[in-house]
Amino acid sequence: MNGRTDWTAHIVLGLGVLLFALPLWLVLVASTQDPAMIGRGELSLWPGGGFSVYATVLREGSPGVAPVWHLLLVSFGMAVGIAVGKILISVLSAYAIAFFRFPCRMLCFWTIFFTLMLPVEVRIIPTYAVMAGFGLINTFTGLTLPLIASATATLLFRQTFLAVPDELVEAARMDGAGPLRFLRDILLPVSAANVAALFVILFVYGWNQYLWPLLVATDSRLDTIVIGIVKMIGTGDTSIEWNRVMATAVLAMLPPVAVVVLMQHWFVKGLTEGDK
Amino acid sequence: MERRTIFAGWALPAAFVLPQLLLTIFFFLWPAGEAIYGSLTRQDAFGIKTQFVGFENFVDLFTDPLYVESAGRTVLFCAAVSFLSMGVALLLAVFADREIAGRGFYRTMLIWPYAVAPAVAAVVWLLLLHPQIGMIAHGLKAVGVDWDYKINGGQALLVVVLASAWKQVSYNFIFFLAGLQSIPRSVIEAARMDGARGWRRFRTILFPLLAPTTFFLLVVNLVYSAFDTFGTIQALTQGGPGKSTETLMVKVYRDGLVNQDLGGSSAQSVVLMLGIVALTVLQFRFVGRRNSS
Repeated sequence: MNGRTDWTAHIVLGLGVLLFALPLWLVLVASTQDPAMIGRGELSLWPGGGFSVYATVLREGSPGVAPVWHLLLVSFGMAVGIAVGKILISVLSAYAIAFFRFPCRMLCFWTIFFTLMLPVEVRIIPTYAVMAGFGLINTFTGLTLPLIASATATLLFRQTFLAVPDELVEAARMDGAGPLRFLRDILLPVSAANVAALFVILFVYGWNQYLWPLLVATDSRLDTIVIGIVKMIGTGDTSIEWNRVMATAVLAMLPPVAVVVLMQHWFVKGLTEGDK
Repeated sequence: MERRTIFAGWALPAAFVLPQLLLTIFFFLWPAGEAIYGSLTRQDAFGIKTQFVGFENFVDLFTDPLYVESAGRTVLFCAAVSFLSMGVALLLAVFADREIAGRGFYRTMLIWPYAVAPAVAAVVWLLLLHPQIGMIAHGLKAVGVDWDYKINGGQALLVVVLASAWKQVSYNFIFFLAGLQSIPRSVIEAARMDGARGWRRFRTILFPLLAPTTFFLLVVNLVYSAFDTFGTIQALTQGGPGKSTETLMVKVYRDGLVNQDLGGSSAQSVVLMLGIVALTVLQFRFVGRRNSS
């Protein structure tokens, strides 16, 4: 733009930034204020009252909800479990499908592919019934295992593996590398960027789950932080300690936002190149 | 596409594909089969006898005014959320694509909300729009608007649309920006030579070239607003007041778990599955055509 500042762009983008940053700021401010004042709608725009509420919610939580440190622990376990589990089984199945010829290979591929069309939400009731049959209700396994199977990760790795040049495979074989060594020493390092990107996407996916934990874990010891917050709000009518709700909301946003911001570069690349 | 060089043997690959396959069978195919079976049968009042009833559950579903209303509401809700979040995201992406100072900062500040859980987005909007504590709510009341989404169904629908769209802007922004960046600079330069700038350049050059991205995002956004917004709605309105924010997803949950109507909710699940299958097929046909052209 001829070296001049593009004011229109700065104004539009500035408003965009505020659209997200301002509500976040209000949540942060509200967490430090007197709940009675928030309840009357007299929220000041500047923090007051200090951040001791964070220590309180971490240690005690709210009535009827586990302490926030415990909610965070469950969420963290669930997010990491789902991310690592998905990556692990997807790498293995994509490797098998891309680098081997075995009976029913394409049937396996299409079976996995088909699950793309069955997100957990549309099959909640019947999946719940199957889980109950296995005795997995109210277990950590029940919380994570059904969310681990994923077609997207498998498809992404298959694509990456198919793009590995034949010469590389030949060279490895010439050097006497078997299929296991090839996977460990060549294929995994080559796909490191994909693994990083997927980890971010899947961590956020696992952390943000609401419907599945709501169904499968009625025991409050398995409450995730997202479940905990919704429980704290309830129907939103009785006297709620809003400062605690807002502090918990801040703590619920912190880990996934940190992961996304810190690994932004890989994450954006992985998301847009994987086409989902 | 297939690889030319492969490894021999089938025991190893079979063992590798097994975990994924078992999870798929137990948690995807089996439940889907159960849903289809359940949608074609009906249990008596005591849950002892199960009877095959053909498509009766579906006939009941589509002749139930409550279901038809909920379906209509869902279409309206999904269209509003997708349009709003994609529109805002496209506007931001077009400006973030320009060569300006601080674009890295802007980008990060527009990407982070991707990580916010739908249910947590609801908490953020409570603070803005809740009739007692909301800041915007107080502003609205001060200028004489009778704002209370706990009573007013139309306002409640607006609240869940805003909260759901707000959370999804980042995702769309990332894809629109990537789409814009993949347009060759020479095309844009050529357009500038021809004197196309501003709105005209966007309408005649950029937007048509973004069509594949837009279509992909439309499908993703429809699926998001139909299913992932369950947490947002549950935290804000629980589907109320009355049924004014009860989307099909909220209805499946209410009928199946709260009211224990398994036949009816299986039929609802099957309808949702068919909806997703249709969207996915549409998307893959379109993407396939994009690749071959």
